[in-house]
Amino acid sequence: MINKVVAGADEAIKDIHDGDTLMLGGFGLCGIPENCITALVKKGVKELTCISNNAGVDDFGIGLMLKTRQVKKMISSYVGENAEFERQLLSGELEVELIPQGTLATRCMAAGYGMPAIFTPAGVGTEVAEGKEIRNFDGKDYLMEYAFDADFALVKAWKGDTAGNLIFRSTSRNFNPVMAMAGKTTIAEVEILVEAGELDPDHIHTSGVFVHRIFQGKDYEKRIEQRTVRMKE
Amino acid sequence: MALSKDGIAKRIAKEIKDGYYVNLGIGIPTLVANYIPIGINVVLQSENGLLGMGPFPFEGEEDADLINAGKQTITTLAGSSIFDSALSFGMIRAQKIDLTILGAMEVSENGDIANWKIPGKMVKGMGGAMDLVASAKNIIVAMQHVNKAGESKLLPSCSLPLTGVKCIKKIVTELAVLDVLPEGGFKLLERAPGVSVDFIKQATLGKLYANENVPEMILD
Repeated sequence: MINKVVAGADEAIKDIHDGDTLMLGGFGLCGIPENCITALVKKGVKELTCISNNAGVDDFGIGLMLKTRQVKKMISSYVGENAEFERQLLSGELEVELIPQGTLATRCMAAGYGMPAIFTPAGVGTEVAEGKEIRNFDGKDYLMEYAFDADFALVKAWKGDTAGNLIFRSTSRNFNPVMAMAGKTTIAEVEILVEAGELDPDHIHTSGVFVHRIFQGKDYEKRIEQRTVRMKE
Repeated sequence: MALSKDGIAKRIAKEIKDGYYVNLGIGIPTLVANYIPIGINVVLQSENGLLGMGPFPFEGEEDADLINAGKQTITTLAGSSIFDSALSFGMIRAQKIDLTILGAMEVSENGDIANWKIPGKMVKGMGGAMDLVASAKNIIVAMQHVNKAGESKLLPSCSLPLTGVKCIKKIVTELAVLDVLPEGGFKLLERAPGVSVDFIKQATLGKLYANENVPEMILD
């Protein structure tokens, strides 16, 4: 079996360069590639375009890369909860393209499935549709949206094996599987790395063919954005 | 008397039918989950990748890997399923979700909705709202009838950037239940207990159609 294992985050991201386009998995702070983000901040690579549903918070997630001004452009569906983001956006330091969440997911999917474009009704008649081709199918209008073209996809899984197969846990799955399929180079960090053969092939969410590098992550904080609980009666 | 936010949620809950798959937006829509009548089986979808959203966890049982689209810690239920974001919006686009309930800043008399952006102020993004309103077969808007400045949110046309076009068919506010007519205009179906038709007319800038006898909402 092909072995995809690299020593750690620093090695995994070593050929990410200034100006590259990255996909980063996660929804809010759930399922984000924490180790890769830390390594990117350490490396200091800049002028990055980041495709990610959200932009983290001020002191965690992609927010860490915003603080160090490493991000030139964000492509996201929702970017609240981040004061530094707001400051850079209003001052013009940061370029932001807001797109519908389903469009974001499906543009990843299209890239992963080898399709150049998709048609979606999301955004028809809104400013999202400006400059885009509209096609009518069965009486309903759809926007043509292109597959993403990303140099790297950085994803976080729960378990992975040395062959690059991935299993996600709970809703930390979110954008990770489609981004894993979409990157020209896909880097997966996992909480638990096992030998090939230890994962049941029936339980694999992302086939190792899509993953170019995998490493055992460490020191996961897994911060909770909105801690909501109920009382025991 | 005008309804509380919980009152609006309670009234909307009566629109939910047994066997429905429902997506609840943030704000008043989230409260609807608390008022689903006993004996009505519904499955709540969270568009970050979960069908069968359960209540908040007990203290100490929070799981960072298990959140809803509002990023709140939640639980699963017997029969829940987890999937990725593309699949999640696939089931939305393919109309597998029976009902979408979401908030709005403005709704126009032809069913346009604006709820994602106030130009000049901070822009947070549309999240999944544009996908939901573009594809859902059944959308209920839960909102206040007037904004904080006292201006009607039911308008001849939206002044804010649109989220979706001609997609809203039903609105529940603290004052009224209204349909958006296919030919345009709001049709007053029910009024909040003790609220007069005239009062609702005053609070509605868009075209309002009301019969002579508009019944009061029944909440319990």
